[in-house]
Amino acid sequence: MNNRHPSYTPVDSTVTRRFPVREVVLFAALLVAVLGVYAIMGAAYSTRMLVEAACYAILALGLTIQWGYAGQFNAGVMGFVALGGFCAMLFSVPVNDAFWGTELPGELGRVLLYGLAAIVLVIGVSKLDRFGMPKLLRTVLAVALAVVLYLVVISMLREVTSEIQSRAGFVGGFGLPPWTGWIVGGALAGGVGYFIGHICLGLRSDYLAIATLGIAEIIKAFLKNSDWLTRGTATVSPLPWPTPGPSALGFTLSRAIYLSLTAVIIAVIFFLLHRAYHAPWGRMIRAIRDNEVSAAAMGKDINKRRLEIFVLGCILMGLGGGVLGTFNSLFDPQGYLPLNHTFLVLVMVILGGPGNNLGTLFGAVAVYIIWIMSEPLALFIMQLVASLGEGAGWQMPTNLESRALQARVLVIGMLITIVLRFAPRGLLPENIKSHG
Amino acid sequence: MNELVFFINNVLIAGSVTGSIYAIGAIGVTLIFSIMRFAHFAHADMMTFGAFMVLLLTTAFPALGPAIGVPTALIMLPLAMLLTALLAVGIDKAFYKPLRAHGVKPIVLVIGSLGVTLMLQGLIRLFAGTSGQSLYVDDRKEILRIALPFEGARAPIVVTEPQLYLFVITIVCVVALALFLNRSRLGKAMRAMSDNPELAQASGINTNTIVAVTWVIAGGLAAIAGTLLSLDVTFKPDLSFFLLLPIFAAAIVGGVGHPYGAIAGGFVVGFAETLAVFNWNVLLRPFQDSFPAWLELPSNLAFVGTEYKIVVPFFILVAILVWRPTGLFKGKVI
Amino acid sequence: MSHDASPPSPSNAPPLLSARGVHGGYGSMNILNGVDMTLHADEVGVIVGPNGAGKSTMLKAVFGLLNVNQGEILLSGEPIQNLAPNQLVKRGMGFVPQEKNVFPSLTVKENLEMGAFLKPQNVKRMLEQVYEFFPPLRDKRRQPAGELSGGQRQMVAMGRALMAEPTLLLLDEPTAGLSPLYMNEIFDRVKKINAAGVGILMVEQNAKQALAIADKGFVLAAGQNRFTDTGAALLADPDVARSFLGG
Repeated sequence: MNNRHPSYTPVDSTVTRRFPVREVVLFAALLVAVLGVYAIMGAAYSTRMLVEAACYAILALGLTIQWGYAGQFNAGVMGFVALGGFCAMLFSVPVNDAFWGTELPGELGRVLLYGLAAIVLVIGVSKLDRFGMPKLLRTVLAVALAVVLYLVVISMLREVTSEIQSRAGFVGGFGLPPWTGWIVGGALAGGVGYFIGHICLGLRSDYLAIATLGIAEIIKAFLKNSDWLTRGTATVSPLPWPTPGPSALGFTLSRAIYLSLTAVIIAVIFFLLHRAYHAPWGRMIRAIRDNEVSAAAMGKDINKRRLEIFVLGCILMGLGGGVLGTFNSLFDPQGYLPLNHTFLVLVMVILGGPGNNLGTLFGAVAVYIIWIMSEPLALFIMQLVASLGEGAGWQMPTNLESRALQARVLVIGMLITIVLRFAPRGLLPENIKSHG
Repeated sequence: MNELVFFINNVLIAGSVTGSIYAIGAIGVTLIFSIMRFAHFAHADMMTFGAFMVLLLTTAFPALGPAIGVPTALIMLPLAMLLTALLAVGIDKAFYKPLRAHGVKPIVLVIGSLGVTLMLQGLIRLFAGTSGQSLYVDDRKEILRIALPFEGARAPIVVTEPQLYLFVITIVCVVALALFLNRSRLGKAMRAMSDNPELAQASGINTNTIVAVTWVIAGGLAAIAGTLLSLDVTFKPDLSFFLLLPIFAAAIVGGVGHPYGAIAGGFVVGFAETLAVFNWNVLLRPFQDSFPAWLELPSNLAFVGTEYKIVVPFFILVAILVWRPTGLFKGKVI
Repeated sequence: MSHDASPPSPSNAPPLLSARGVHGGYGSMNILNGVDMTLHADEVGVIVGPNGAGKSTMLKAVFGLLNVNQGEILLSGEPIQNLAPNQLVKRGMGFVPQEKNVFPSLTVKENLEMGAFLKPQNVKRMLEQVYEFFPPLRDKRRQPAGELSGGQRQMVAMGRALMAEPTLLLLDEPTAGLSPLYMNEIFDRVKKINAAGVGILMVEQNAKQALAIADKGFVLAAGQNRFTDTGAALLADPDVARSFLGG
């Protein structure tokens, strides 16, 4: 999609049906790979891998509509995934009576109300110029007030939160079904996406990448350090599943049921995206991506459409993060890594074919299998080398496993640059209809 | 009085230190942006690479510095700058140039630079491990304590040796860069290309040469910034993680494509960070007696905790993008 | 301008610029469908024609800014089609684009210096010459070119191209958007530059005024030559006047 001929004009015509050889071959190869993993690694392990791959597919679908449909590069997928995971945790974990049974919720609510009042007050002062106050004085006053009120509220918040932490551990959850958390996680991620997109989408595309990278790190820092809310590095587990857990049905069956749940979610998303893509809305989105100027000349509200796409992608990432978090049954803020939750998803999308939902699904599952399998494979090779080396009297370095991890970082980076250079439209390129 | 010294140590000196490092990094980002029109995400990792080269060289020849009387790391710095510049030119040849030749959108180059980031991180950690290491291998880090000639000032102003080197080198860099851009033929050609690449080509300026020169300068500066930061604290392979957002914020605050703006932006971000994590209680406490009795100051009056330091450059970035996307100095690239 | 250029002898020396059957355009699509052009070193050539006739395209094709898919272009007898612009500058060609023809944040003097990028040893001498051609530039030499008026910018742009001591100067609509006063001044300078020994090929919308100073006029339409003659002859031709000069 990047080196399209300048004279290309998007034309909508009925697709000439062809037999999808490429798709069939690729998915058949994928099926063989999955069966191979089942044969070698056993059913429980392989089903877990498939569930995780399915969760990643949701994230990849979110990224593919941002990058493939609209050319927006989100470098902070991790942040939205972590938000989803956090919401899944907050809503599904049992209620903590050590917190709710005391006066602490009231205290926390009072501080939050103060914060709200402070915001209203500052906004009010910033509007004072309408009543004849000089603009400079108004600005100085508003900034000074904002600084003082911020310090007051943040000090109160610090007091309450450290109190919560020392007396109750953390606020605990709401004890609701996990899907409530997934939905709220998607909504929250969409809200953050709206904030970022609103600021950056009218500017150069690079700025969006920088800002999303930043917000992801901030979300992670917040989740990691807010011990009163998330237990921070102490982690929260287990997170209840919406389906019967392993204790009731055993690993393989329970995971298979969870897998069918995620498959249903993906099918619904896939269907809706397919409809939207071929609806007037999707045509407009592609028209904007392909030729912004002429789309604007036709009276399309470009920034609004772009914002819609970006927010929609972020919602999917939040949702996927929630489903993934619940499945892992563990909320660990430090487990959210840019490598796994941003770059791996990026590789899935650009390898599968940005803008092609089917290609993205393929990319997600294929890349995830390679990613997961590379670990035992690398270890196996290393042990082989080690045993050969020891036979030759050679001393192995000790921390091989951590170095193997770094080798994976290297490989992912190399994969990104190589795919961009040699197959920028992925293995299953977006089907662009054009005459001639 | 002691509170004031505390303020000088923790805000003025610390802010100048981080500001200088951000400024040197942001210059590189802004130069690359103005010549090649993309945000180079791998810049912070080039800094780490430069510092890592210094670490390798210093470990290889630890006795060199004490023999002369300067830290070995500083002697190795020019060599490391050269190596980093070579790396930068090589990366461009191998990864960015083919993409440019394809005529891709700038955002694809950004993604490519993220791939390069991962490769560099992987490589550095593969060889350096993940723990921190001091660049002072055989030397000792001198700490200067300047006592103030006032009554009641018991605490001295504390400056470390690498910080002094940092200030000197920053000034030298800025002056040298200004001279280069305004006086030399290549420097002027660089500004010309950033103004109008097509016209630069039509004037017979070899744009490939300018691109290479840009990478050499950016790589050299990255090595300086990375090394000086590692000298001040320690060398850590994940150094880049803490640098990326601040240097981009600095470049955008100063107006992208504007080298002097990047310097100003670096200091704005650096001081904003130190001011935000500074505990203002320290300065207000002496006046506690004159406050009304109902006003009890909390012991922690910092705007953000050190663990949330990354919020500061982000906040600055968002603020500048909302109010003045061209930056303080009216950058060219929006 | 080039002092050692011997006077052209039409009998044996090849023409400064000679284009034969040029087909070309953006990518593989042709906008030019067979253009012929011959220009000698002491001549001012003017390309006129309706919008979309391929006037600027021809100029850009000569300067290697877009693809020549068929035909050949010779500079002093040597084939130059599809050479990169900076190589053409080395061979003595100068190009002044229509828009964005200065470096706005560089001073006037720096703009001119950039023109002599490939010949830094000549900067001093050529600066003097350019200031003589365009006296206003001497006073403004320390000012950023972006702050100048349209006419002054055009002077900077032409001066920049002259700094490389070209034998052929290509001008793309040098008077576009200028007031009539400036327009005449620019045409006046073009004549002077040509008198100093620089061949000139320019595209013009102000066809009548341009043909008045042209030794050779090329009327293009739909990417092909329609009329080719001396400027005076084209102005006198009723066909040309009716179809291309607005009666």
